Amino acid sequence: MELALAHETVARWQFGITTVYHYLFVPLTISLAALTAGLQTAWVRTDKEKYFRATKFWGKLFLINIAMGVATGLVQEFQFGMNWSAYSRFVGDVFGAPLAMEALLAFFFESTFVGLWIFGWDRLPRRIHLACIWMVALGTVLSAYFILSANSFMQHPNGYRIGADGRAHLTDVFTVLFQNTAVAAAFHTLSASFLTGGAFMVGVTAFLILRTRRQPVEERDPGAVAVLRTSLRLGLLTTLVSGALTAISGDTIGRVMVDQQPMKMAAAEGLWHTATSAPFSVFAIGSLAQGRNVFELNIPGLLSFLATHSFHGTVRGIVDVAHAEVARYGASGGGSGTGWQHYVPQIFVVFWAYRGMMGFGMTSVALAAAGLWLTRRKVLLDPRFRRGEDELPALMLTRRRELTPFLTTWGWRLAVITLGFPLIGNALGWIFTEMGRQPWAIYGLMTTADAVSPGVSVASQTVSLAVLVTIYAVLAVVEVRLLLTYIARGIPNELPPAPVHFRPHGPGGGAGAGAGAGAAAADDDEPLTFAY
Amino acid sequence: MTLHDFWFLLIAVLWAGYFFLEGFDFGVGVLVGLLARGETERRVLINTIGPVWDGNEVWLITAIGATFAAFPSWYAALLSGFYLPMLAILVCLILRVVAFEYRGKREDARWKRRWETCLIGSSAGAAFLWGAVFADLLHGLRVDRAGDVTGGPLALLTPQALLGGLALLALFTLHGALFTALKTVGDLRLRARSLAMRLGVPAVLLVAALLAVVDGERGHAASWAASGLAVAALAGALGANLRGREGWAFAASGVGVLALVAALFLGLFPDVVPSTLHPAWSLTAASAASGPYTLRVMTWVAGFATPLVLLYQGWTYWVFRRRIGVQHIPAAAAH
Repeated sequence: MELALAHETVARWQFGITTVYHYLFVPLTISLAALTAGLQTAWVRTDKEKYFRATKFWGKLFLINIAMGVATGLVQEFQFGMNWSAYSRFVGDVFGAPLAMEALLAFFFESTFVGLWIFGWDRLPRRIHLACIWMVALGTVLSAYFILSANSFMQHPNGYRIGADGRAHLTDVFTVLFQNTAVAAAFHTLSASFLTGGAFMVGVTAFLILRTRRQPVEERDPGAVAVLRTSLRLGLLTTLVSGALTAISGDTIGRVMVDQQPMKMAAAEGLWHTATSAPFSVFAIGSLAQGRNVFELNIPGLLSFLATHSFHGTVRGIVDVAHAEVARYGASGGGSGTGWQHYVPQIFVVFWAYRGMMGFGMTSVALAAAGLWLTRRKVLLDPRFRRGEDELPALMLTRRRELTPFLTTWGWRLAVITLGFPLIGNALGWIFTEMGRQPWAIYGLMTTADAVSPGVSVASQTVSLAVLVTIYAVLAVVEVRLLLTYIARGIPNELPPAPVHFRPHGPGGGAGAGAGAGAAAADDDEPLTFAY
Repeated sequence: MTLHDFWFLLIAVLWAGYFFLEGFDFGVGVLVGLLARGETERRVLINTIGPVWDGNEVWLITAIGATFAAFPSWYAALLSGFYLPMLAILVCLILRVVAFEYRGKREDARWKRRWETCLIGSSAGAAFLWGAVFADLLHGLRVDRAGDVTGGPLALLTPQALLGGLALLALFTLHGALFTALKTVGDLRLRARSLAMRLGVPAVLLVAALLAVVDGERGHAASWAASGLAVAALAGALGANLRGREGWAFAASGVGVLALVAALFLGLFPDVVPSTLHPAWSLTAASAASGPYTLRVMTWVAGFATPLVLLYQGWTYWVFRRRIGVQHIPAAAAH
């Protein structure tokens, strides 16, 4: 029994670490792909240089990110079978389908078109090249949707039956793909991704603005300043709008959760006993042994409102839900606890992850709202640098009010410091939703303890955990340094490539074709235009 | 043909696509160490596959994902049974992705050398490991009554695995050399051809030995025929290469790779993971398969997506069809 516990523990740590790590890159990839595509669209439509340079700059950061997303995503595809073979066998019929769809419909899109986009600047007509980055963006969103529908099956199994062989069998693929759990999770996760990308954009831009402010006015590159201003406003607006959507979708997913996984919400709130007019606890120290909070600080009625949209609604408490689960699934299900405690997740982790998720995410939204207000006049733009294309952008809040830029250095620094807040919020959100489901791997169907690979030794698992953690740590250092290097280089000063039309030339090539082909192929290794 | 047999075929096709495409990627990765002289030539090699390697790798992800959906027990036994080899493959693939993307991101000789070492080592490592995994799989694993693989990692260290590893490493290096000869100009192209000549004979012999061992153990008429085709196609590739017919040489080595995968999967069928403990405990295409509903759904999805994938991946190869050479590689950018 002790061995089985260690099995589960090592496998869970690996899954937790690799997934949280992978998820640092996912939201940035999703949002930066779309934001880059938007900037490139602006360039293709207006032919303004600042949009081209912005596309190049953010596209580069996007590419550094997607590389890590792809690399760490491989582990995800393999580790269900490696560490969770009992799970895979039991539920592969249902769970495997969205994963296979993700590969067939989304990964091929993403990876093929990203190659075309990276290398195609001077080989494809502008609009087709633009379509490539939109395909990449579409691929990232589709990929997110499929994997979220698979995860939603774990939160709320639906559209299946248990066959004579004791395994889960898919009975309705549309239920798995489009049940309200999946739709709400996708809405919430995608909006949070854009919140993350927006805050990243604001933070990076603020860093460059800080640096530009230290330069003498005459040394500043007016084109780069225009890019910074556009990026700043785009980032702030993205953060604010997607932040609002994240809050709305969070409310939606919260109510779905109250209905489908009452334990998770009760644990998130440290609400031990079913209550009407349940309070939202801002801070609490709970005791599983005593089944109550030793200390708490509450806002009366708010939890009921969040869960039911009525200040007098009833919210089920931890003890009551746990007893209901004992009645339904039996008192002994393996794992660490006994009796009703067995069905209670780790309250401390769930409670604080939930608060951390909201706190970190919404801090960025509040800062973005403040930032949009403070920068509603042209920041950093000396009158002498005003050019035709720097006319007041449509996304500004007000046209009439003139306000000199008065953001202090610390205002900009705050934007830099909080750049990663939504990333932390995302990670905590996943920790919350996965830890809050424990002891279940698939809610009500299979416990996490039963899901582990029976044939794999703890020694092998430990090697795997150690190897992956080491590689991930090294890559984290490399990645961050590389991002810093590219950010420090600032906005690239590049001219747009000349418009391309498909040219007829045979695949034969050879030395004769070499000279003529030089101009087109020569930029293949230009590190700034292309990836390699 | 039953649905699960059809899906067995489809998964074989995905592996064939993966080994055909990523096979030359691995080969080019090895050649960065074996063939290129100097920074510019290394960059030529890397850029022959620059726009396409990422898409090629998705064939693997799709093969694994499709196995998960269509044959959950196969997926579970394969990945947990080959636990440490799969971990090593993952490490190789991660390092390869990052090496491609990050190598050129800094103008620093040491930085580049390090990523090149990663690229060469991980390409060779992944090629070898896949060969070892398939050789062991064809031999069978210690699958118990419940469908779990027992025996631990040491049971996988077999002579057959070593042979399989060397055979695929040699084959993919040859395939990559023929690809390089087809995609480059100048000196590199000529040297790739002569390297393919030198590599060719050992590669063909290793592949023939692997297939003889595998077919000797569980072969039947069809798998012997595919094996024969594989060896003949590879010999044909060498002949075409000798006469400077680069397109034919690459096409023939491609047929060789495809026929090799066909031989392996024909040898495997109807099992998906043969049990060395008791024949009745072997996982078969029928016993490991998902329910008919899932297979039907996935057939629709595959029927819709596969032509689309072939279309736009094919288009990518058309867009980047031109040969490249050292004259196309600019001096390192100042930025």
